[in-house]
Amino acid sequence: MSAVLTQNTAREFTRIMGVGAARGDVVVTNEDVCQWIDSSDEWIQKRTGIVTRRRADAETSLLDLAETAARGALQSAGIEGSQLGAVIISTVTSPYATPSAAAALADRLGATPAPAFDISAACAGYCYGVAQADALVKSGAAEYVLVVGAEKLSDIIDNHERTISFLLGDGAGAVVIGPSETAGIGPSVWGSDGSKWDAIGMTHSMLDLRDVAVQAEEDPQGNALVAETEAKLWPTLRQDGQTVFRWAVWGMAKEAQRALDAAGITADDLSVFLPHQANMRIIDEMAKQLKLPESVAIARDIADTGNTSAASIPLAMHRMLEERPELSGTLGLQIGFGAGLVFGAQVIVLP
Amino acid sequence: MGREISVGRVPAQEKGSLMASNEEILAGLAEIVNEETGLATEAVQLDKSFTDDLDIDSISMMTIVVNAEEKFDVKIPDEEVKNLKTVGDAVNFIANAQA
Repeated sequence: MSAVLTQNTAREFTRIMGVGAARGDVVVTNEDVCQWIDSSDEWIQKRTGIVTRRRADAETSLLDLAETAARGALQSAGIEGSQLGAVIISTVTSPYATPSAAAALADRLGATPAPAFDISAACAGYCYGVAQADALVKSGAAEYVLVVGAEKLSDIIDNHERTISFLLGDGAGAVVIGPSETAGIGPSVWGSDGSKWDAIGMTHSMLDLRDVAVQAEEDPQGNALVAETEAKLWPTLRQDGQTVFRWAVWGMAKEAQRALDAAGITADDLSVFLPHQANMRIIDEMAKQLKLPESVAIARDIADTGNTSAASIPLAMHRMLEERPELSGTLGLQIGFGAGLVFGAQVIVLP
Repeated sequence: MGREISVGRVPAQEKGSLMASNEEILAGLAEIVNEETGLATEAVQLDKSFTDDLDIDSISMMTIVVNAEEKFDVKIPDEEVKNLKTVGDAVNFIANAQA
């Protein structure tokens, strides 16, 4: 008779135990932006709802932002770094393709030797991380999992282009997910649509950058670096705003509704709506499509933080709970969506 | 005088009551534009440019397109939206898509 395997014992319920936040220290106003693009404060506010965006200074790294948010989440959850069973960072702005930012963060937090890895799911990254953490805790693979959405988007923008750069900020938001006596995280509704791979992304690949670097090396006087290739030196973000807007509002309203259905609740049961802080017009139109009752508080952190990609939902959650602590323990709907295209949504009990 | 855009009873009308005439499409579009922007429905004329005359930005344009899709039961692909420069372009596209 062969040996019998032992498998992890699954848990029934999970919850978000705490949330932490870090915003860049530098306040970038619409006036600042108008030095780079031909625009006005009124134009930017009307189209995006953004008054200021927060960016990190040159000395503050992605990891610094992630660490500040993570320490806040651990403190609010009442958990030590050493208790973490996994550390996940969702980011598209780690300056190193490898090793992961998460491994370095785990070490800073005293979580070593916890498993640590990065997720690349852009503005859906935090919800992807929650889906992962929820599954890890439920399966018994880990007890407490740290999920950080962290971005230093100012490293990958071109301030002089006008499709996306002026929306973006730097920050990190983090949550700790752990076991619960009652249901605290509804089923994850998540997915992708790679047919729209080109709708948001980098101007060119790292291989293009390497080719330019090789040229420069072969021609140290720089004659090879004609204007055409000069523009290719450092890849930056672009988007097709109209395509993204249609997908984000009407496509994502459907997915948000699926997340409500999967959790067995209706919009009337919600107290908070936490959409990715992409653009105020998207947030307003989504709320309209979802027919959210007046009683639902809608996160609008974008107005002075800007769009911080994977960090935006936990940042908005943290702010909502600071401003309205009585919402702790009530139901929120979170939905992230972005480059890929990818999306993820969950109904959650607010920590 | 500028180019004439046909607003007559196109064959669509003869195909059944589900099809809207160009006049009905224009009236329906005007309502959608009014709802999105607050512009008077009378301002929405066939020769008007969405951006230059009606001051409709790209995000509002997309909202109008999606609402028009629903109202007239047609598909207006993303890559087609940039070709809809005037109200008449949109009316013609919707009429053809319905045919």
